[in-house]
Amino acid sequence: MPDPNVNTVAEHIQQHLIDPEICIRCNTCEETCPQDAITHDSRNYVVDAATCNACNACISPCPTGAIDNWRQVAKVQAYTLEEQLSWDELPAPVAADANDTTEFPEEVNRLEAEVVLGQGGSAVAPWSATKPAINLFGVRAPAIATVSGNFRLTGPTATADVRHIVLDFGNAAFPVLEGQSIGILPPGTDASGKPHYLRLYSVASARDGERSGHNNIALTVKRVTEDHAGRPVAGVASNYLCDLAKGDTVRVVGPYGSTYLMPNHAGSNLLMICTGTGSAPMRAMTEWRRRRQGTGETGELMLFFGARVADELPYHGPLLKLPSGFIDVNLAFSRATDQPRRYVQDAIRDREADVARLLADGETHIYICGLKGMEAGVDDAFGEACRGHGLDWTTLRPEMLAQGRYHVETY
Amino acid sequence: MSINYSEKIPNNVDLGSDRSLQRALEHWQPAFLDWWGDMGPDGTASTDVYLRTAVSVEPGGWAHFDHVKMPDYRWGIFLNPADADRRIPFGEHKGEAAWQEVPGEHRANLRRIIVTQGDTEPASVEQQRHLGATAPSQYDLRNLFQINVEEGRHLWAMVYLLHRYFGRDGREEAEALLQRRAGDQDNPRILGAFNEQTPDWLSFFMFTFFTDRDGKFQLCALAESAFDPLARTTRFMLTEEAHHMFVGESGIARILQRTCETMVQHRTDDPAKLRALGVVDLPTIQRYLNFHYSVTLDLFGADVSSNAAIFYSAGIKGRFEEGKLTDDHLLKDATYPVIEVVDGKLTMREAPALNALNEKLRDDYIRDTVAGVGRWNKVMLKNGIDFQLTVPHKAFNRMIGSLAGVKVTPDGRVVSAPEWEAGTREWLPTPEDRVHVQSLMGRVVEPGKFANWIAPPPMGVNKQPVDFEYVRFN
Repeated sequence: MPDPNVNTVAEHIQQHLIDPEICIRCNTCEETCPQDAITHDSRNYVVDAATCNACNACISPCPTGAIDNWRQVAKVQAYTLEEQLSWDELPAPVAADANDTTEFPEEVNRLEAEVVLGQGGSAVAPWSATKPAINLFGVRAPAIATVSGNFRLTGPTATADVRHIVLDFGNAAFPVLEGQSIGILPPGTDASGKPHYLRLYSVASARDGERSGHNNIALTVKRVTEDHAGRPVAGVASNYLCDLAKGDTVRVVGPYGSTYLMPNHAGSNLLMICTGTGSAPMRAMTEWRRRRQGTGETGELMLFFGARVADELPYHGPLLKLPSGFIDVNLAFSRATDQPRRYVQDAIRDREADVARLLADGETHIYICGLKGMEAGVDDAFGEACRGHGLDWTTLRPEMLAQGRYHVETY
Repeated sequence: MSINYSEKIPNNVDLGSDRSLQRALEHWQPAFLDWWGDMGPDGTASTDVYLRTAVSVEPGGWAHFDHVKMPDYRWGIFLNPADADRRIPFGEHKGEAAWQEVPGEHRANLRRIIVTQGDTEPASVEQQRHLGATAPSQYDLRNLFQINVEEGRHLWAMVYLLHRYFGRDGREEAEALLQRRAGDQDNPRILGAFNEQTPDWLSFFMFTFFTDRDGKFQLCALAESAFDPLARTTRFMLTEEAHHMFVGESGIARILQRTCETMVQHRTDDPAKLRALGVVDLPTIQRYLNFHYSVTLDLFGADVSSNAAIFYSAGIKGRFEEGKLTDDHLLKDATYPVIEVVDGKLTMREAPALNALNEKLRDDYIRDTVAGVGRWNKVMLKNGIDFQLTVPHKAFNRMIGSLAGVKVTPDGRVVSAPEWEAGTREWLPTPEDRVHVQSLMGRVVEPGKFANWIAPPPMGVNKQPVDFEYVRFN
């Protein structure tokens, strides 16, 4: 999640508010809030801006969706509890200061809150993570990047079109760390005439550039041709990105993300589980570790990577070329011809002893990224690995979360 | 073949390590699935439903949304995290460490309370099992099914307590929970309101708003219990109960919205015209409200009850938000006002507070309910319709306690039996009302489409669009 303090630089905060028109006063949020930031009277439930740390623990238990409202306000003008208690409906959003170029887009908060839901609480960064830069470019003054490459990653037989897109930032300072995301602003407007929402993409390249020493980054983008329900729909941002030609310019905002970051200390292990384009942060972290070989930033790397078929697995070829002494790669294909369906959790089960050994190691950091559907299966597989080896996943997981060693981004 | 329950049943009670519990559940689970097959939502075995499954008690464990077949739903067993220092907050054992096992002298009472609570869970699934055939939209159908699986999970929660803490008696009670049937003449559910029918969606929304709210207050009172596993179980159930009340509150609000729109569009408040236009007229909604409100008030039990006093003093069942009350939490000399009928008039008298705990919980419930009805009334205000819903007098249409047998109008006048008979058509749903509401019920299954009598919700489930395919019929 964005560090709420970051915005104080611009004297603005994202104030968390509850929609009194939709709220049913069930008390769940107040019961859930680890900060005791939520209170109520006989009329409304309200959030104390001075106490709320935007950990989002209250978001998913809310049965109504009323809880998920954010307003960008100048810090000194945050709505007081008294004001909120008097509302019958939320106030209209106030137009941000025209000179402020770094407002935190509401869409980023929403998307970030959504992707980390599966980790079971607010995460912290590993202690040895590099301090990230956040929100350097806002919607009003985005960075302009130039496309320097756009390649298809999936094989000729694959139905999915997954592409590796390289963006060059020229002279603009756009520092990113592995695990961070950037926002893409597609040009044009939607059916109702509003500019398209920004879309977040995890960076697939290491911090010193897709090509070491260059001011460029890589993205792994799947062309969206249907929605989660399988109905045909053309994803605005993904189709825009996938159709870009070398030399085209792209409006980029960000970077975002302050917790899904890799550890940099000696002996820190990375246990990575991903599906499809969820491989982007894993590629970035693996590449950074590869470039740092010989510098003492050691530790085991173990990867579980799932796709429908081998031809749809991004970076399949390069991945297989990495030496097994550097990274332990385990692939799972759910639709390979003439083979039973195999998912990442099945691959984890096959390697239960080694997974348990890593879980028992206090230097292991878990990174999960991919479709929401994988969460429960992976969680079960970890649970089983623990049980078989004298560990208790139900206590280990929150412990790892609190120590910045358990990170989930699913969508 | 033995079943690994830790795999099948998400839990935080370390099921895998308790072999006797595992054996008990191995015996009970097939019976539960048989019951679900027989009495659960009708004709849904192969339907994929976009459900929220709780897989852990942490906030993030709530957000597992996916399409699942209902019989494959992972009914989990969750207790809120333990607080090793938890003290009993009220009663004669106030200040002592909370109980981790059942004290012998309270065994029968605790079992009875757990069985009574547990019995309501499968009962409401049974009451609602035919509603899927007349759902006004995919969105609503999904919400119905979500409620059904969560009632099923609440049954699991109570059965876990019975199996884990009450030995053979508990196992027998767990069996019996699957054998009683809502509305069955020979073997009915324990509480009256859970043997009523839920014949249409207006009743369903009223039931989830009013009767599930009774569940909220009962669970809140049990969440204070000295018996720690019960307190932790009910605390977690409350989060799910909130969704049920949301479905009720928003469902009625959407019906009101559609009726108001139609009234404005056709410039009429004539119930006959509105019925012809295919919506539910506001007086009918008021009559349904009167019925569900009064039937639910009876669920709190007799206004003066020695059992309530025993449960409180023993530490078994507390008050709503016990921790926020600032009295001595013993109530030895305190009094509480209850209604009495003297010379044909309703008067208030002070009863010992310990004996009036049902009444106190009922009054807390009434406050919560009135606030919700106030939110419904904003729909009329926004549409410029001069009509406000009200809750009837507390003594209206009551069948339990000192008010049973007294005929009281919605505005609180005691009347004779003939006057009551003459008034009921105005106060309670008539057969014609029910026929009209029933005539509106027709299944709408196309994503994003809604029956004429109900407005779409302002937002979808889990940030999905309103026209999301919430249910896939295979």
